[in-house]
Amino acid sequence: MGAEEELVAQLRAGDEEAFAALVRMYHNRLLRLAQTVVASRSVAEEAVQDTWLAVVRGVDRFEGRSSFKTWLFQILLNRARTAAKRENRTDLLAESDWDERFDGSGAWVSPPTHWSDLVDDRVVAQRLAFRVHDILPLLPDVQRQVIMLRDVEGLSSSDVGTLLGLTDGNQRVLLHRARTRVRHHLEMEMDTV
Amino acid sequence: MRVPFVGRRRALVCREAVQLMAGYLDGALSPRDRARVEAHLSDCPHCHEYLAQLRVTIDVLGRVEVDDVPAEVLDEFVALYRRWNAG
Repeated sequence: MGAEEELVAQLRAGDEEAFAALVRMYHNRLLRLAQTVVASRSVAEEAVQDTWLAVVRGVDRFEGRSSFKTWLFQILLNRARTAAKRENRTDLLAESDWDERFDGSGAWVSPPTHWSDLVDDRVVAQRLAFRVHDILPLLPDVQRQVIMLRDVEGLSSSDVGTLLGLTDGNQRVLLHRARTRVRHHLEMEMDTV
Repeated sequence: MRVPFVGRRRALVCREAVQLMAGYLDGALSPRDRARVEAHLSDCPHCHEYLAQLRVTIDVLGRVEVDDVPAEVLDEFVALYRRWNAG
């Protein structure tokens, strides 16, 4: 049994320490995810609190068919979406592609500068990760949800498809747009190295 | 008139190669599209570099951390937990 499964089993047995450990592990990640769905910080905090209550009440029914993380994120997204409806917030799915990077023939207008091989040590990668932390909130909501779940949290495309109700194709388009934006910011950052 | 590449699809342009990269990185392309992307990458240093940059981007995203949960927030939730369990 992995450390996380063990914590879940302990929580099922009513272990307060296990609950505290899970809160320590996931609370801010849930908050970060909730803020991709609802606008206000206090509404996001409420959705996260509701999620923890649902976890405590529902952990007996968690059957381990998905990972605990996926189950937890599913609860959070459901709570946050309900709150978002009250907030009257709509997701902006439609957005034009960033095709001005290519000319009419489909070739690069100005090819990418070469910097990928400069990110070869942990120090540079870590510095870029701090930068990305600041960039993520600037992405449109649905793109942010997809890239957060896929690349930051490391969930599989099928889990993310289920959590967000997206087809594989739509998920990939959103992921592509989000990565394109983050890459663009990393490029600017690397120009200053 | 002879049509070149009968039975084969034409080569990708950069824009198309870039659009297929998310599927390529997911291993979700058809064998034919994967071969087309790879053929393009072997010929195009710009798209080759772009793909390397996407891989760096994904690696960097995986290093993004969240702040620690403040002690008072943790205390608050442990108190809530006791209340929930009591109720």
